[in-house]
Amino acid sequence: MTAHSEARAQRRASSLVALRAILVKDLRVELRTLQSVPAMALFAVTTFVIFRYGLDRQSLSGGLAAGVLLATVLFAAIIAVNRLFVAEREEGGFDAIRLAPVDGTALLGAKAAALVIYLVVLETIAVPVFALFFLNSWGGVPPLAGVLLLADLGLAATGVLVSSMAANSRARDLLVPLVLLPLLVPVMIAAAGASRELLAAGGPSYDGVAKWLAVLAFYDMTFAAVGFAVYDYLLED
Amino acid sequence: MTEATSVQQPVARERSRHSGRAFELRGLWRAFGDRAVLRNVSIAVPVGSTLAVLGPNGAGKTTLLRILATLLRPTSGEASVLDCALPGEAWRARGRIGLLGHEPLLYRDLTAAENLGFHARLHGLADEAAQRVDELLRQVRMSRRADELVRNLSAGMVQRLAVCRVLLHEPELLLLDEPRSHLDPEAGALVEPLLGPARGRTRVLVTHEVDAALAEADLVLALRAGGSVAYAGRASGLSAGDARAIYGGAP
Repeated sequence: MTAHSEARAQRRASSLVALRAILVKDLRVELRTLQSVPAMALFAVTTFVIFRYGLDRQSLSGGLAAGVLLATVLFAAIIAVNRLFVAEREEGGFDAIRLAPVDGTALLGAKAAALVIYLVVLETIAVPVFALFFLNSWGGVPPLAGVLLLADLGLAATGVLVSSMAANSRARDLLVPLVLLPLLVPVMIAAAGASRELLAAGGPSYDGVAKWLAVLAFYDMTFAAVGFAVYDYLLED
Repeated sequence: MTEATSVQQPVARERSRHSGRAFELRGLWRAFGDRAVLRNVSIAVPVGSTLAVLGPNGAGKTTLLRILATLLRPTSGEASVLDCALPGEAWRARGRIGLLGHEPLLYRDLTAAENLGFHARLHGLADEAAQRVDELLRQVRMSRRADELVRNLSAGMVQRLAVCRVLLHEPELLLLDEPRSHLDPEAGALVEPLLGPARGRTRVLVTHEVDAALAEADLVLALRAGGSVAYAGRASGLSAGDARAIYGGAP
C-alpha cells in the first residue's frame, strides 16, 4: 500500500469515528433542547385532528388512510430537515468538520442517521395516534413499520442532501420544501402503494407490497449512492 | 516601503514533499463575485516561523487565513500548505492546521468538556481525548467550568475554550485571527505561552497591534484595503511607522 492510499484508508477509519461523534453530538443536543422531535410530533397530532374534522370521517382505510398518514409524516419531516444544519451553520460546525481529517460523508451519514432516528421516534408517537383516530383495525400497523422505515431512509438520504445545499442560502426555509418535495414524490408513490394494501378496509393485504418495497429500496440506495458520491464536493467552497 | 515582489524569497521550481516551507503563495487572488479581496499575494513562510499579517479592515486578512486553513479556494494563483497543493490536496493538510478565527467553532448547547471531546474525536484522538481535554482546561483555568454549557460562558471564557480546541490536536500550522480578542490581561497572559512559538510550529498571526506584531514575528505580510500587498518580507525590514501607514496613518 502506498503512503497516499494508506493516508486515505486512515482517513476513512477516522471518518467512522467522526460519524459517530457527530451523531452522538446531534442526539445529545436534541435531547437537551428538544427543538425538533417534539415540534414534529405536535405538528403530526394537530394535522390528524385537522384531517379528522376536515374530512368529517370516523375511520379511514386504503389509499385515503395511507395518504393522510404519509403526507403528515412527510410535512412533519420537513421541520427536522430544516433544522438539521442550524448548529453547523450558526455555530461553525461546517468549518470545524472541514478542518478535521475526515471525509465530508461522515457528516452526511451522521445527519442521515439522526434524521432517521427522529422520524422513527415521530412515527412511534404518530402512528398509534393515527390508528386511534382513524383505523377500525390495528392489523395493518405492525407491517406498516417496514414501509415507514424504508420511506424514512429515502427521506433522510434526500433530505440531508437538500438541507446541506440550502444551509448557506438566505432562502433556505423556502428552498428545502420547494426542492425536497418534488424529489420525494417517488417515495410517496411507493410508500402509499404499499401502505394502501396494508391499511385496506377488510384487513391487511400483501398483494403488490413487495413490488413497492423494492421501489423504495431502490430509491434509498440510489440517493444514498448519490449522496456519498457528491457530498465532499457539496461541502467545499 | 518595500514592494512585495522585491523582498520575496525565490520560488523553487521543483518542490520536494518536505520543502521546509510551512506554506507558499504565488500570485494568489481571491474574489467574491466581481470584487477581489486578495490581489496577487506571494510569500513563502518557512516551517517554525511566525508571520504577522497586518492591514486595515477589508484588507482580506481573514480571507487569507481561510484559504490557508483550506476552507476557501483561491480564485487564481498557486497555494501550497504543509506541502499540499490547494485545493487538490487540501484533505492531506487538514488535521494539521489549527484555526482560531472570529467564530469559536463551539456548540452552544454542549458543555465545555463535551465540545472539546467532540473535536478530539473529529481529529482522531478518541483514546487520549479525556486526558488531553482535562490538561488543556487546566492550563486555561477552565477546569471548574468543564461541565457548563458554552451558552452560559462569558465571551472571554469561550475564547479560552476556543484556544483549547485549536491546540487539541497539536497542529503544525496555527492560524490566529486576533487571538487576544475578548480576553482580559490575565486571560491573555494565560493563553500567550500556549499560542506562542514552539518547535516545528508555524504561526500566522492576524492582529492590529502593530508593535507587538513586529516584535513577535519573523515575517510580515502587510495588506492594503482592497487586498493588494504593501509589504511582504522580514519583520526587521518594516518600521512601525511604515506599518502604521498601511492603516492610513491611524495608530
